[in-house]
Amino acid sequence: MKSKVDSKFTPMIGLEIHCQLNTLKTKLFCSCNAQFRGEEPNTYTCPVCLGLPGSLPTVNENAIDCAIKLAHAFDSKINKRMYFFRKNYFYPDLPQNFQITQYNKAGGVAFADGGTISIKFDNKIKNIELDRFHLENDPGKLVHEGGDIESSNETLVDYNRSGIALIEIVTKPVIESPREARIFLKKLRSIISHCEIVDLTKDGAMRVDANISIKGHARAEVKNINSFKEVERALKWEIKRQINKLKKGQETEQETRNWNGKITTLLRSKESENEYRYFPEADLVPIEIKQDWIDDIKEKMPELPDERIARLQEEYGLKEYDATVITEDKEVADFYEECCKLNENYEAIKNWLMNDIMGILNEENLSISSTELKPKLVDEFISAIDSGKVTTKIAKKYISKIIKGIGIKKWMKKQGVKKITDKEKLNELADKIISDNPDVVEDLKKKPKTFQYFVGQMMKATRGQADIQLTRKILKEKLKKYMK
Amino acid sequence: MTKDSKLTIEDTQEIAKLARLQLSKEEEEKFTTQLNNILQYFEKLSELDTKNVEPRTHPNDIVNSFREDVVEESLDKEEALKNAPEKKDSYFKAPKIV
Repeated sequence: MKSKVDSKFTPMIGLEIHCQLNTLKTKLFCSCNAQFRGEEPNTYTCPVCLGLPGSLPTVNENAIDCAIKLAHAFDSKINKRMYFFRKNYFYPDLPQNFQITQYNKAGGVAFADGGTISIKFDNKIKNIELDRFHLENDPGKLVHEGGDIESSNETLVDYNRSGIALIEIVTKPVIESPREARIFLKKLRSIISHCEIVDLTKDGAMRVDANISIKGHARAEVKNINSFKEVERALKWEIKRQINKLKKGQETEQETRNWNGKITTLLRSKESENEYRYFPEADLVPIEIKQDWIDDIKEKMPELPDERIARLQEEYGLKEYDATVITEDKEVADFYEECCKLNENYEAIKNWLMNDIMGILNEENLSISSTELKPKLVDEFISAIDSGKVTTKIAKKYISKIIKGIGIKKWMKKQGVKKITDKEKLNELADKIISDNPDVVEDLKKKPKTFQYFVGQMMKATRGQADIQLTRKILKEKLKKYMK
Repeated sequence: MTKDSKLTIEDTQEIAKLARLQLSKEEEEKFTTQLNNILQYFEKLSELDTKNVEPRTHPNDIVNSFREDVVEESLDKEEALKNAPEKKDSYFKAPKIV
C-alpha cells in the first residue's frame, strides 16, 4: 500500500528466482549424485564439476524435460534451437571460473521466453509477466568461517552443490509492492511443486534475488534473501532506503546489495554485463527441441494449481480462499486429499489441518513429510470428535501430538483422558464449586456474564474432560435462580 | 573490431583486473603489443566475405548429445581435494572474498 507522501515514488520490482531441479538424480552436466544434502563436503564431485582440465560436460536429458514442463505451466515460448554460454567470473564458488548458462544476447537465446503467472489479491487478478527462463548450473557452497560474508577471514568451499541443475526464472519489472512479490512467489512455488520438478521441502531449493528501483531511477539488485519469508521484509527495507535517498535529493546507484536479515548493505558496484564476457560453450553441442518432444511432455502434464483450486472447490465444497491456501503447498494439498479419501468430513479436516496442524508445523519449520503425520491419524481424530468421544478442549490439547504419529485413542488411554458425561459426577462437582465461591455467586446477580467463570472452573477441575454441553446445562440449572 | 581499432593499455589493465592478475608497467606494455599482434593476425579472417554465411558456434552439425539421468560414482574425497593448494577438513580453502 502506498502512503500519500510516497505516491510520487513508484517501486518497480523484478524477481530472479533460482529453482534447483532436485528431483533429478544427477547434476546438470555430469553424473554425480544430485542428492547432496547432508553429505560430507566434496564427496559428490567429479572432474567435470570440479572444473579439472580436460573434463567435458554432457547435458542431462531429463533437465530438458523439466524445462519443457515449466514452459507449459507458464505458457512460455520454447526456443527451438539453443546453445549454452560461458558466463565468466572469478569467484571460488565455481572452480571453472565460469558458469555454464544460457544467454539471450550475442546470438543466444534463453530456454523459453515470455509466459505469465496470474495472481489474485484484493479481489483482482493480475498477470505477472515473465521475461524468460533458462537452465544453468548451481555454484558450490561457500562457508564463511568465523562470521558472515562481510566479516569472515577465510572461505571454505564445498563443491557437492556445484553443477546441480538450476532453472532461473526472470520476471519483468512489473511487481509493484513487496506484498505483491510475496503473493507471486507463493503462486510460483505452488506451480513448480505441482510440476514435480523441484522438491521444495529441501533447504535452498528456491532462492530469490530481487531487482528494485523507483520508477525513473537506477536499480539495485538485492542478493542473499535466504528465506522465502524474508523477501517481503528485504524489499520493504530496500524501497525505503531508495526513497529516502531520493528525498534527500541524491540519486540511487546501480549496485548489488546484500540482505543480512535486517538491512541491505553494499556488496559491490554492479559488474557491467560485458565484464562477464559471455561466449558460446563450445564443449556442448546445440540443442534442438522438436515439436513432438514439446507435445509429448504436454500430454503428460500434471494438474496445475489453478485447475486444482477449482477442483477442490467442486469436489470437497471448499471456499475459493481455502482451496487456494491449501494448494499453495502441493504436499499439503496432497495430504488433504488423502485424508478426504478416508473421512468425509471435509470441512473438519480442512479446519484442523489449516488452523491447527499447519500452525504447529510452520512454527517448528517442518514439512508434513518430515513428521509422523499420517492421513489415518487425522481420520481417527476427526471420527473421535464426530462421534462425541472427544471434546474440542481435549482435541486442542491433543493436536500437537498428531505430528509425532500418536493416535488420539492411544493418547487418551495413556493420559487417562475420557470425556466425562456422568451426570451425577458433574452435579457433585458443580455443587462443590458453587459452595466454594459464594462471592462469585453474589457477583452473578449483577453480572450474568460471571456464569462463564463457573464453566471455566468445571473444565479446570476435570482437566478439560467435562462434556461442555452437559456442564453448561447443569450449571444453568443450579445457578438460574441467581441470574435475572 | 575493425582494422583501425587498437587495444589500448587501459584495455589490458581491465582484462588483467578481471583475471585477477597484477601486471607491472613493463608487462602492461608488452602484453598490449602482443595482444594487438594476435588480434591483427585474426583480422585476416575479415578479408573473407561472410555475407551469406550463417553464424555458427560449433564446427560440426551434431545436436542433442544428451546423457541419461543415471548416477555414476563420484571421486573419493581425498582424490577430489588432491590438487587443492589449501584445504581444511574436507573443504577447499579460498582466501577471503568480496
